[in-house]
Amino acid sequence: MNRVIAVFTKESFLVPAVAIILGLLTGAIAMLAGGFNPIDAYVALIKKVFGNAYNFGETIRQITPLIFTGLAVAFAFRTGLFNIGAEGQFIVGMIASTVVGVSFDLPAIIHAPLAILAGAVAGGLWGAIAGYLKAARGVNEVITSIMLNWVALYFANWIMNAFFIPAGKQTSEEVKDSAIITIGWLAEMFDNARLHWGTLIAVLAAIFFYIILWKTKSGFELRSVGLNPHASEYAGMNVNRNVVKAMFIGGMFAGIGGATEILGVFHYQAIMTQHTGYGFDGIAVALIGGNTPFGVILAAILFGVLTFGASGMQFSAGVPFELIRVVIASVIFFVAAHGIVKMFIKPILLKKKEGGN
Amino acid sequence: MDWGLILSNLFHDTIVFSTALIFAALGGLYSERSGVVNIALEGMMIIGAFTGAVMTFAFQDSLGAWAPWVGFIAAGIAGSIFALPHAVASVTFKADQTVSGVALNFLAAGLSIYLTKIIFDGAGQTPTLNSVFNKFSIPGLSEIPYIGHAIFEAYPTSFLAFIAVFVTWYVVFKTPFGLRLRSVGEHPRAADTVGINVKRMRYTAVMISGMLAALGGATISLTTTSNFSHNTVSGQGFIAIAALIFGKWHPMGAMGAALFFGVAQAIKSLVQIFGLTNYIPTEFIFMLPYVLTILVMAGLVGRSSAPAALGKPYDTGSR
Repeated sequence: MNRVIAVFTKESFLVPAVAIILGLLTGAIAMLAGGFNPIDAYVALIKKVFGNAYNFGETIRQITPLIFTGLAVAFAFRTGLFNIGAEGQFIVGMIASTVVGVSFDLPAIIHAPLAILAGAVAGGLWGAIAGYLKAARGVNEVITSIMLNWVALYFANWIMNAFFIPAGKQTSEEVKDSAIITIGWLAEMFDNARLHWGTLIAVLAAIFFYIILWKTKSGFELRSVGLNPHASEYAGMNVNRNVVKAMFIGGMFAGIGGATEILGVFHYQAIMTQHTGYGFDGIAVALIGGNTPFGVILAAILFGVLTFGASGMQFSAGVPFELIRVVIASVIFFVAAHGIVKMFIKPILLKKKEGGN
Repeated sequence: MDWGLILSNLFHDTIVFSTALIFAALGGLYSERSGVVNIALEGMMIIGAFTGAVMTFAFQDSLGAWAPWVGFIAAGIAGSIFALPHAVASVTFKADQTVSGVALNFLAAGLSIYLTKIIFDGAGQTPTLNSVFNKFSIPGLSEIPYIGHAIFEAYPTSFLAFIAVFVTWYVVFKTPFGLRLRSVGEHPRAADTVGINVKRMRYTAVMISGMLAALGGATISLTTTSNFSHNTVSGQGFIAIAALIFGKWHPMGAMGAALFFGVAQAIKSLVQIFGLTNYIPTEFIFMLPYVLTILVMAGLVGRSSAPAALGKPYDTGSR
């Protein structure tokens, strides 16, 4: 029992937990200011997510790409890079998987993995551009990755328009059945919610994230470069190569996310008038999750539940769903400014100290 | 085809597109010169565009042509207030400044639409304003052929933006305040030793930053779009950051870079006007400003020198 208490009073757990509570409180204040009842709103949010099988399944669908983009941002963060480009990497992943999914006729056992692999490689290469420019030319990766998000958006539309979208249509042909990764029997259990193998792949990706960073030599180098590039260089590590490698791996996560979204959810690629938003939300997920793989999964669940539930909040309590962005922003803010959070949890920490002695 | 007229239009459009970027990049300059990373320029612009539109809407029936000025000033005030949490987090609580900036961007995007929906009965955007800034011609000068239209006929906000560049240059490099600002960003410990209040300087800088960026946002909603919606600002805050870095944290440099991005935007509309879209896919034209940015950053800027203490919280006890 004491060990359980110890886990829940650990600072790495307490800070995000208190930040979430403070974020929800901030949202409640904003609702009160707007003349809404926050309790009704939050109850409606929870009911929306857990009320029926279909919505619960769709929430899981919503969480899946967030895990991927969260991992993409978190991986780069661990190596000292700020990857704002997960959005672009996600988009090129979508494109590559559509191209492979539509163009080839292969047995499912090869086709689906090949389409996902294409997404991974495309996303990885897209991320590596920003990494390469940082390493070779010293260009701030924040700027290049932002620009690459926009380039990806228009580039994707061009490829689709020029080669894959029949004249007069807004969407590409559907990918071949052999490339689809929807899980039919599970989807049926959830009233045809769009559940797919991507969720399992996301969890495997998080495990891969953990193993490569903390259990391999190359992961040690990546983390070391992130903590202190100068010392790492002195120790004989190739900092530039690690920068490119980190952006490639980060981009791969986002790219797979884009691929599974196409192969598992939509089955086609549409002309995009704006960004998907998953890449930007991934930044929030990574930050709230403390840039650890397990934290990213938890944060993606939180994020997915809040954003999916927000539509229920709007429907039953009349609260505009944008309010949930205010809640999420406050959570990120309190995670960043953990000094503020520590003021709130000081009493708990003091008590723990007394108890421990 | 009258090339003089084409060039004149190109220049004119460049100035229109650059104005918001100049304001926002100058905003970033104050904050970053004091050592506080400001990735929240985007959010601050959103707050400015929103406040400008709402306040102008509120006053346009009673004040008419003066209403946009009220909106513009209100935007500046709202921006500096909105910037406060960033200062509190990054200066007082020594938070990661990038993360705190990301939080403000999220907050601005959500809060502005949330409030818009509350104020305008669930509509996701403000109504179209019937009183916005009109173009202003400098008497005499604006009659010069070609050049007059290109330079001396613009929104009043554009003239203000260029004035702001010179004021910023003067303040940052020629006044004691500017010296303190830079010293706090380069070597806060040394600044502290000679009696400069590092925290107060940084708070001031971040708030000026919020004000200027919000003014930039307001110029968009009060000139080109005439309303506020979720995509009014659409990434210009990030381009302003690029302009600041591209301009090496110097007001003139930032202005030059902002004009460069303005040209890229203006060329985009020219290409469409001349029907070149038959030869070049539209998507490539839309891509142009971003690809150009990357190429220029990679080719020209190289390793740029940020203020030495940028991004580092100052701790009185540290050495």
